[in-house]
Amino acid sequence: MVEFALPKNSKITGGKIWPKPAGAAEVREFRVYRWNPDDGKNPSVDTYYVDTNDCGPMVLDGLIWIKNNIDPSLTFRRSCREGVCGSCAMNIDGQNTLACTRSMHDVKDGAVKINPLPHQPVVKDLVPDLTNFYAQYASIEPWLKTTSPTPQKEWRQSHEDREKLDGLYECILCACCSTSCPSYWWNSERYLGPAALLQANRWVSDSRDEATGERLDNLEDPFRLYRCHTILNCAKACPKGLNPAEAIAELKLKMVERQI
Amino acid sequence: MSFDESHGSPKRPSMRTPLGRVRNLGAAHSGTSDFWRQRITGVAMTLLMIPVLVIIMMLLGRNQVYAAQTLSSIPVAVILLLFILASAWHMKIGMQVVIEDYIHNEKLKLVSIMLNNFFSSAVALASTYAILKLSSGV
Repeated sequence: MVEFALPKNSKITGGKIWPKPAGAAEVREFRVYRWNPDDGKNPSVDTYYVDTNDCGPMVLDGLIWIKNNIDPSLTFRRSCREGVCGSCAMNIDGQNTLACTRSMHDVKDGAVKINPLPHQPVVKDLVPDLTNFYAQYASIEPWLKTTSPTPQKEWRQSHEDREKLDGLYECILCACCSTSCPSYWWNSERYLGPAALLQANRWVSDSRDEATGERLDNLEDPFRLYRCHTILNCAKACPKGLNPAEAIAELKLKMVERQI
Repeated sequence: MSFDESHGSPKRPSMRTPLGRVRNLGAAHSGTSDFWRQRITGVAMTLLMIPVLVIIMMLLGRNQVYAAQTLSSIPVAVILLLFILASAWHMKIGMQVVIEDYIHNEKLKLVSIMLNNFFSSAVALASTYAILKLSSGV
């Protein structure tokens, strides 16, 4: 059966409460999930106080401030800090999103509560192991597949056909959608998840691609595609405002279309 | 930490590559029929719901003779038979989805799916037999 409760060694225990920064006029409480693979202890939630007058407005700014000023051992991924790379995806105040585009002022009700992306193995603190997620992306073969002779210039595409890729190509593979999906939680080893399926639809919808049928063959499976039950957590979570559920529905429609 | 080969538990590290684990046995090339049939039976049940409710209301508090008389009408019997077939089929597909979602042990899953098929078939056949018996006046 699926596991509805955390294993014993994953149960969260009380964490350290770090002192408030001296002389800070305004502070914001951050409660951050901590787990170190080397100390053999259960995960905990540490409490930090961020001097909001000394850092930027985003949650990522707060985390960087904590790392620079309070606790250099706090571990998280970040790179572009402007919603393009998808590295800083984490669960903030109960919702998967990017720490760099979520303002700490948008988090109401006291403390900013931060956890790693749900239902993934944790490498350390806020860093999830996305190996399976990336392998699923690789499995949909996200590149142009053609058998016709390569043209002298580029593969041509009409403006109308190019527009069909809008809402699909913008995905940054942050994994916010897939890790918010209960179907993905229960069957992540067999269900490809919203992100990989949105990307699959991006290539199925590309007028230049000549392997559409082969791609659909590869997806037609009770688990790979049909685990999507239109829960729509993916669309709610996507920090880029995309709708993976709609992309999956389009894939299902194409499956039906080629059968009847 | 890598995933166990049989399910998502990180207890037993696997030496297969991540892509090998994802590709696993390949696509089943099925699922679309069940998906489509679930929609067809769903729409059918929605359309049949009102006439079925009307028939049931007509039969409430009446005796078996009156029920047999009502069901001897071909449209009434056909509506009830269609509703039974659509709902039993819908129930079978829906329950299979739930089993596939939550039961990860392969043997238990196979047995559950088999029992689900038996149960749905039995419900459909018993209900069909009852309608036919009443409508034929035997």
